[in-house]
Amino acid sequence: MVRLITHNLLACHVKGCTSNNFPLKLQDVQIALREAEFNEDFLRGFIPRLEWGALVQAAREVGDDSLPAEVPEMLDDEFLKQLHHVLLEIHIDEGSMVCPNCKHVYPISSGIPNMLLAEHEIG
Amino acid sequence: MIPTPDLSHLTRADYDHVYEPAEDTFVLLDALEEDAQSLRTIQPRICLEIGSGSGCVSAFLGAILGSSSALYLCTDINSRATRCTFLTGQQNKVSLNPINASLAQPLVKRLANSVDILLFNPPYVPTYEEEAIDAQHGADLSGSWAGGSDGMRVTDILLGQVGNLLSPKGHFYLVAVKQNNIPEIQRLMQSEHGLRSQIVLQRRAGREHLFVLKFTR
Ligand SMILES: C[S@@+](CC[C@H](N)C(=O)[O-])C[C@H]1O[C@@H](n2cnc3c(N)ncnc32)[C@H](O)[C@@H]1O
Ligand SMILES: [Zn+2]
Repeated sequence: MVRLITHNLLACHVKGCTSNNFPLKLQDVQIALREAEFNEDFLRGFIPRLEWGALVQAAREVGDDSLPAEVPEMLDDEFLKQLHHVLLEIHIDEGSMVCPNCKHVYPISSGIPNMLLAEHEIG
Repeated sequence: MIPTPDLSHLTRADYDHVYEPAEDTFVLLDALEEDAQSLRTIQPRICLEIGSGSGCVSAFLGAILGSSSALYLCTDINSRATRCTFLTGQQNKVSLNPINASLAQPLVKRLANSVDILLFNPPYVPTYEEEAIDAQHGADLSGSWAGGSDGMRVTDILLGQVGNLLSPKGHFYLVAVKQNNIPEIQRLMQSEHGLRSQIVLQRRAGREHLFVLKFTR
Protein backbone atom coordinates (compact mmCIF):
# COMPACT_ATOMS: atom_id res chain seq x y z
CA MET A 1 0.00 0.00 0.00
CA VAL A 2 1.19 3.46 -0.83
CA ARG A 3 0.22 5.85 1.90
CA LEU A 4 1.45 9.39 2.16
CA ILE A 5 3.92 8.36 4.87
CA THR A 6 5.69 6.16 2.29
CA HIS A 7 5.33 8.69 -0.49
CA ASN A 8 7.14 11.18 1.77
CA LEU A 9 10.22 8.92 1.71
CA LEU A 10 10.47 8.13 -2.01
CA ALA A 11 12.67 10.10 -4.39
CA CYS A 12 13.54 9.72 -8.04
CA HIS A 13 16.80 7.81 -8.47
CA VAL A 14 17.32 7.90 -12.21
CA LYS A 15 21.01 8.27 -13.09
CA GLY A 16 22.03 11.91 -12.83
CA CYS A 17 18.69 13.01 -11.40
CA THR A 18 19.91 14.29 -8.04
CA SER A 19 18.27 17.65 -7.45
CA ASN A 20 14.62 18.65 -7.44
CA ASN A 21 13.89 14.88 -7.56
CA PHE A 22 11.55 15.00 -4.55
CA PRO A 23 8.63 14.95 -3.84
CA LEU A 24 7.24 12.86 -6.66
CA LYS A 25 4.07 14.35 -8.06
CA LEU A 26 0.97 12.20 -7.60
CA GLN A 27 -1.14 11.81 -10.72
CA ASP A 28 -4.34 10.04 -11.79
CA VAL A 29 -4.72 8.50 -8.36
CA GLN A 30 -7.42 6.17 -7.10
CA ILE A 31 -7.79 6.61 -3.38
CA ALA A 32 -9.27 4.42 -0.68
CA LEU A 33 -9.66 5.32 2.98
CA ARG A 34 -8.84 2.56 5.43
CA GLU A 35 -8.80 2.98 9.17
CA ALA A 36 -5.52 2.56 11.04
CA GLU A 37 -4.79 2.26 14.73
CA PHE A 38 -3.90 5.64 16.29
CA ASN A 39 -0.52 5.71 18.01
CA GLU A 40 0.44 9.07 19.46
CA ASP A 41 4.05 8.14 20.34
CA PHE A 42 4.66 6.94 16.81
CA LEU A 43 3.33 10.17 15.30
CA ARG A 44 5.31 12.42 17.63
CA GLY A 45 8.45 10.39 16.91
CA PHE A 46 7.86 10.51 13.17
CA ILE A 47 7.22 14.23 12.73
CA PRO A 48 10.94 15.13 12.73
CA ARG A 49 11.50 12.67 9.88
CA LEU A 50 8.85 14.19 7.63
CA GLU A 51 9.40 16.70 4.87
CA TRP A 52 6.43 18.79 5.87
CA GLY A 53 6.03 20.85 2.72
CA ALA A 54 6.09 17.69 0.61
CA LEU A 55 3.41 16.11 2.78
CA VAL A 56 1.12 19.12 2.55
CA GLN A 57 1.56 19.20 -1.22
CA ALA A 58 0.93 15.45 -1.64
CA ALA A 59 -2.17 15.65 0.55
CA ARG A 60 -3.53 18.41 -1.71
CA GLU A 61 -2.80 16.29 -4.77
CA VAL A 62 -5.04 13.57 -3.37
CA GLY A 63 -7.75 16.03 -2.39
CA ASP A 64 -7.05 16.64 1.30
CA ASP A 65 -6.19 20.16 2.38
CA SER A 66 -6.63 19.79 6.12
CA LEU A 67 -2.98 20.18 7.10
CA PRO A 68 -1.49 23.53 8.15
CA ALA A 69 1.36 24.95 6.06
CA GLU A 70 3.77 24.61 8.99
CA VAL A 71 4.02 22.08 11.81
CA PRO A 72 2.25 23.80 14.72
CA GLU A 73 4.23 24.48 17.89
CA MET A 74 1.60 22.81 20.03
CA LEU A 75 0.94 19.26 18.88
CA ASP A 76 -2.59 19.02 20.22
CA ASP A 77 -4.95 16.10 19.89
CA GLU A 78 -6.88 17.53 17.02
CA PHE A 79 -3.73 18.10 14.97
CA LEU A 80 -2.35 14.63 15.70
CA LYS A 81 -5.65 13.01 14.69
CA GLN A 82 -5.59 14.90 11.41
CA LEU A 83 -1.97 13.99 10.78
CA HIS A 84 -2.73 10.35 11.56
CA HIS A 85 -5.47 10.35 8.96
CA VAL A 86 -3.40 11.99 6.24
CA LEU A 87 -0.27 9.91 6.81
CA LEU A 88 -1.75 6.50 7.48
CA GLU A 89 -5.35 6.21 6.31
CA ILE A 90 -5.28 7.53 2.76
CA HIS A 91 -4.25 4.70 0.46
CA ILE A 92 -3.24 5.24 -3.14
CA ASP A 93 -4.28 2.02 -4.83
CA GLU A 94 -3.64 3.05 -8.42
CA GLY A 95 -1.92 5.97 -10.07
CA SER A 96 1.52 7.27 -10.79
CA MET A 97 4.29 9.33 -9.26
CA VAL A 98 6.17 11.67 -11.55
CA CYS A 99 9.62 13.11 -10.93
CA PRO A 100 9.44 16.91 -10.90
CA ASN A 101 12.91 17.07 -12.44
CA CYS A 102 13.33 14.38 -15.13
CA LYS A 103 9.61 13.49 -15.48
CA HIS A 104 10.23 9.78 -14.99
CA VAL A 105 6.92 8.05 -14.22
CA TYR A 106 6.77 5.51 -11.39
CA PRO A 107 3.49 3.58 -11.56
CA ILE A 108 1.45 2.42 -8.58
CA SER A 109 -0.59 -0.69 -9.17
CA SER A 110 -2.70 -2.62 -6.65
CA GLY A 111 -1.19 -0.47 -3.92
CA ILE A 112 2.42 -1.27 -4.77
CA PRO A 113 4.79 1.33 -6.22
CA ASN A 114 7.10 0.22 -8.99
CA MET A 115 10.38 2.05 -8.43
CA LEU A 116 12.49 -0.26 -10.60
CA LEU A 117 14.53 1.36 -13.34
CA ALA A 118 15.83 0.01 -16.62
CA GLU A 119 19.54 -0.74 -16.75
CA HIS A 120 20.48 2.47 -18.60
CA GLU A 121 18.62 4.61 -16.04
CA ILE A 122 20.49 3.27 -13.02
CA GLY A 123 23.10 5.54 -11.49
CA MET B 1 7.52 -17.06 22.29
CA ILE B 2 6.50 -14.99 19.32
CA PRO B 3 4.63 -17.18 16.87
CA THR B 4 5.98 -17.62 13.35
CA PRO B 5 3.82 -15.53 11.00
CA ASP B 6 0.82 -17.17 9.40
CA LEU B 7 1.64 -17.84 5.75
CA SER B 8 -1.32 -20.09 5.01
CA HIS B 9 -2.57 -17.66 2.35
CA LEU B 10 0.50 -18.36 0.17
CA THR B 11 0.42 -21.33 -2.19
CA ARG B 12 2.76 -23.56 -4.19
CA ALA B 13 2.11 -21.29 -7.17
CA ASP B 14 3.48 -18.34 -5.15
CA TYR B 15 6.56 -20.31 -4.14
CA ASP B 16 7.26 -21.14 -7.80
CA HIS B 17 8.37 -17.52 -8.06
CA VAL B 18 8.89 -16.24 -4.53
CA TYR B 19 11.33 -17.51 -1.92
CA GLU B 20 9.68 -19.86 0.55
CA PRO B 21 10.88 -19.29 4.12
CA ALA B 22 13.63 -21.75 4.95
CA GLU B 23 16.43 -22.23 7.50
CA ASP B 24 18.04 -18.90 6.61
CA THR B 25 14.73 -17.15 7.23
CA PHE B 26 14.25 -18.89 10.55
CA VAL B 27 17.74 -18.14 11.78
CA LEU B 28 16.95 -14.45 11.26
CA LEU B 29 13.63 -14.78 13.10
CA ASP B 30 15.43 -16.44 16.00
CA ALA B 31 18.04 -13.68 16.15
CA LEU B 32 15.30 -11.03 16.23
CA GLU B 33 13.40 -12.88 18.89
CA GLU B 34 16.50 -13.08 21.09
CA ASP B 35 16.93 -9.32 20.74
CA ALA B 36 13.21 -8.54 21.12
CA GLN B 37 13.57 -6.68 24.40
CA SER B 38 16.47 -4.50 23.32
CA LEU B 39 14.78 -3.79 19.97
CA ARG B 40 11.72 -2.48 21.80
CA THR B 41 13.80 -0.22 24.03
CA ILE B 42 15.30 1.68 21.09
CA GLN B 43 11.71 2.57 20.06
CA PRO B 44 12.20 2.06 16.35
CA ARG B 45 10.17 4.29 14.05
CA ILE B 46 11.50 3.22 10.68
CA CYS B 47 12.17 -0.43 9.85
CA LEU B 48 13.40 -1.42 6.42
CA GLU B 49 13.70 -4.92 5.10
CA ILE B 50 15.58 -5.43 1.83
CA GLY B 51 14.43 -8.45 -0.17
CA SER B 52 11.34 -9.21 1.90
CA GLY B 53 10.21 -12.15 -0.26
CA SER B 54 7.17 -13.70 1.40
CA GLY B 55 7.13 -10.93 4.02
CA CYS B 56 7.66 -13.44 6.81
CA VAL B 57 10.50 -11.59 8.53
CA SER B 58 8.90 -8.14 8.54
CA ALA B 59 5.61 -9.60 9.76
CA PHE B 60 7.55 -11.19 12.61
CA LEU B 61 9.29 -7.92 13.42
CA GLY B 62 5.86 -6.26 13.45
CA ALA B 63 4.68 -8.83 15.97
CA ILE B 64 7.66 -7.98 18.20
CA LEU B 65 7.29 -4.21 18.03
CA GLY B 66 3.56 -3.74 17.36
CA SER B 67 2.00 -2.80 14.05
CA SER B 68 1.26 0.82 14.91
CA SER B 69 4.59 1.55 16.66
CA ALA B 70 6.77 1.66 13.58
CA LEU B 71 6.70 2.02 9.81
CA TYR B 72 7.61 -1.21 8.05
CA LEU B 73 9.10 -0.64 4.61
CA CYS B 74 9.91 -3.69 2.49
CA THR B 75 11.68 -3.68 -0.85
CA ASP B 76 12.10 -6.50 -3.32
CA ILE B 77 13.12 -6.60 -7.00
CA ASN B 78 10.57 -9.36 -7.55
CA SER B 79 7.10 -7.88 -8.06
CA ARG B 80 5.44 -11.14 -7.04
CA ALA B 81 7.37 -11.00 -3.78
CA THR B 82 6.10 -7.49 -3.05
CA ARG B 83 2.57 -8.78 -3.60
CA CYS B 84 3.16 -11.69 -1.17
CA THR B 85 4.67 -9.31 1.37
CA PHE B 86 1.56 -7.15 1.14
CA LEU B 87 -0.76 -10.11 1.71
CA THR B 88 1.36 -11.49 4.55
CA GLY B 89 1.05 -8.14 6.29
CA GLN B 90 -2.73 -8.30 5.97
CA GLN B 91 -2.90 -11.90 7.09
CA ASN B 92 -0.88 -11.10 10.21
CA LYS B 93 -2.42 -7.69 10.95
CA VAL B 94 0.83 -5.82 10.47
CA SER B 95 0.89 -2.94 8.00
CA LEU B 96 3.72 -3.85 5.66
CA ASN B 97 4.60 -1.32 2.97
CA PRO B 98 6.15 -3.13 0.01
CA ILE B 99 8.07 -1.24 -2.64
CA ASN B 100 9.17 -2.84 -5.88
CA ALA B 101 12.77 -1.68 -5.97
CA SER B 102 16.37 -2.79 -5.88
CA LEU B 103 17.97 -2.53 -2.43
CA ALA B 104 17.09 0.84 -0.85
CA GLN B 105 17.52 2.84 -4.07
CA PRO B 106 14.49 5.17 -4.02
CA LEU B 107 14.78 5.62 -0.24
CA VAL B 108 18.44 6.52 0.29
CA LYS B 109 17.92 10.21 -0.28
CA ARG B 110 15.23 10.55 2.38
CA LEU B 111 16.33 7.89 4.83
CA ALA B 112 19.83 9.21 5.54
CA ASN B 113 20.62 8.36 9.18
CA SER B 114 16.99 7.37 9.70
CA VAL B 115 16.64 3.60 9.60
CA ASP B 116 16.33 2.16 13.09
CA ILE B 117 16.12 -1.48 12.06
CA LEU B 118 17.53 -2.68 8.76
CA LEU B 119 17.17 -6.32 7.74
CA PHE B 120 18.62 -8.26 4.83
CA ASN B 121 18.56 -11.96 4.11
CA PRO B 122 20.27 -11.61 0.74
CA PRO B 123 20.95 -13.88 -2.21
CA TYR B 124 24.13 -15.25 -0.62
CA VAL B 125 24.83 -18.46 -2.53
CA PRO B 126 28.13 -18.44 -4.46
CA THR B 127 27.43 -18.81 -8.19
CA TYR B 128 28.99 -17.79 -11.48
CA GLU B 129 28.91 -14.00 -11.84
CA GLU B 130 26.80 -14.31 -15.01
CA GLU B 131 24.22 -16.32 -13.12
CA ALA B 132 23.85 -13.64 -10.47
CA ILE B 133 23.63 -10.88 -13.07
CA ASP B 134 20.93 -12.75 -14.99
CA ALA B 135 19.07 -13.51 -11.78
CA GLN B 136 19.02 -9.83 -10.84
CA HIS B 137 17.59 -8.97 -14.25
CA GLY B 138 15.08 -11.80 -14.17
CA ALA B 139 13.84 -10.79 -10.72
CA ASP B 140 12.35 -14.22 -10.17
CA LEU B 141 13.14 -17.15 -7.90
CA SER B 142 16.83 -17.43 -8.81
CA GLY B 143 17.24 -13.81 -7.68
CA SER B 144 16.58 -14.99 -4.16
CA TRP B 145 19.76 -17.03 -3.94
CA ALA B 146 22.23 -16.32 -6.78
CA GLY B 147 24.99 -14.22 -5.23
CA GLY B 148 27.93 -14.26 -7.67
CA SER B 149 31.46 -15.56 -7.13
CA ASP B 150 31.68 -15.17 -3.36
CA GLY B 151 27.94 -14.82 -2.85
CA MET B 152 28.44 -11.13 -2.09
CA ARG B 153 27.56 -9.47 -5.38
CA VAL B 154 24.25 -8.00 -4.15
CA THR B 155 25.13 -7.76 -0.46
CA ASP B 156 28.27 -5.71 -1.15
CA ILE B 157 26.23 -2.94 -2.76
CA LEU B 158 24.02 -2.64 0.28
CA LEU B 159 26.98 -2.78 2.66
CA GLY B 160 28.25 0.38 1.01
CA GLN B 161 25.01 2.17 1.93
CA VAL B 162 24.39 0.94 5.45
CA GLY B 163 26.53 3.59 7.11
CA ASN B 164 24.42 6.25 5.44
CA LEU B 165 21.06 4.63 6.21
CA LEU B 166 21.36 3.62 9.86
CA SER B 167 20.09 6.01 12.53
CA PRO B 168 22.38 6.73 15.50
CA LYS B 169 20.71 3.96 17.49
CA GLY B 170 20.11 1.76 14.42
CA HIS B 171 20.63 -1.99 14.16
CA PHE B 172 21.38 -3.84 10.94
CA TYR B 173 20.88 -7.60 10.77
CA LEU B 174 22.44 -9.52 7.90
CA VAL B 175 22.22 -13.21 7.07
CA ALA B 176 25.38 -14.69 5.61
CA VAL B 177 27.07 -18.03 5.02
CA LYS B 178 30.61 -19.07 5.71
CA GLN B 179 31.72 -18.73 2.04
CA ASN B 180 30.83 -15.03 2.19
CA ASN B 181 33.92 -14.56 4.40
CA ILE B 182 32.39 -13.27 7.62
CA PRO B 183 35.62 -11.93 9.21
CA GLU B 184 36.31 -9.89 6.07
CA ILE B 185 32.78 -8.42 6.10
CA GLN B 186 33.21 -7.43 9.72
CA ARG B 187 36.64 -5.94 9.20
CA LEU B 188 35.53 -3.93 6.18
CA MET B 189 32.42 -2.54 7.85
CA GLN B 190 34.55 -1.37 10.77
CA SER B 191 37.38 0.15 8.75
CA GLU B 192 35.37 1.65 5.87
CA HIS B 193 32.15 2.62 7.63
CA GLY B 194 32.97 2.65 11.31
CA LEU B 195 30.28 0.10 12.13
CA ARG B 196 30.76 -2.36 14.97
CA SER B 197 29.48 -5.88 14.50
CA GLN B 198 28.99 -9.18 16.20
CA ILE B 199 27.83 -12.65 15.26
CA VAL B 200 24.54 -12.99 17.11
CA LEU B 201 23.67 -16.48 15.90
CA GLN B 202 25.16 -19.27 13.85
CA ARG B 203 23.76 -22.60 12.84
CA ARG B 204 24.51 -25.48 10.53
CA ALA B 205 21.63 -26.43 8.26
CA GLY B 206 22.41 -29.17 5.79
CA ARG B 207 25.33 -27.99 3.66
CA GLU B 208 25.02 -24.40 4.82
CA HIS B 209 26.77 -22.80 7.74
CA LEU B 210 24.49 -19.84 8.46
CA PHE B 211 25.34 -16.68 10.38
CA VAL B 212 23.38 -13.67 11.54
CA LEU B 213 25.54 -10.55 11.90
CA LYS B 214 24.42 -7.48 13.75
CA PHE B 215 25.92 -4.06 12.99
CA THR B 216 25.62 -0.90 15.08
CA ARG B 217 27.33 2.48 15.15
C1 LIG C 1 16.99 -15.36 0.46
S1 LIG C 1 15.54 -14.50 -0.10
C2 LIG C 1 14.90 -13.91 1.47
C3 LIG C 1 13.40 -13.67 1.47
C4 LIG C 1 12.82 -13.37 2.85
N1 LIG C 1 13.35 -12.13 3.39
C5 LIG C 1 13.12 -14.50 3.80
O1 LIG C 1 13.98 -14.32 4.68
O2 LIG C 1 12.51 -15.56 3.67
C6 LIG C 1 16.24 -13.02 -0.85
C7 LIG C 1 15.22 -12.01 -1.36
O3 LIG C 1 15.93 -10.86 -1.85
C8 LIG C 1 15.34 -10.42 -3.05
N2 LIG C 1 16.36 -9.66 -3.79
C9 LIG C 1 17.39 -10.14 -4.54
N3 LIG C 1 18.11 -9.13 -5.04
C10 LIG C 1 17.53 -7.98 -4.60
C11 LIG C 1 17.82 -6.60 -4.79
N4 LIG C 1 18.83 -6.19 -5.56
N5 LIG C 1 16.99 -5.70 -4.20
C12 LIG C 1 15.94 -6.10 -3.43
N6 LIG C 1 15.63 -7.39 -3.22
C13 LIG C 1 16.41 -8.32 -3.80
C14 LIG C 1 14.86 -11.69 -3.72
O4 LIG C 1 13.86 -11.42 -4.68
C15 LIG C 1 14.35 -12.48 -2.51
O5 LIG C 1 13.01 -12.19 -2.24
ZN1 LIG D 1 14.10 12.18 -11.83
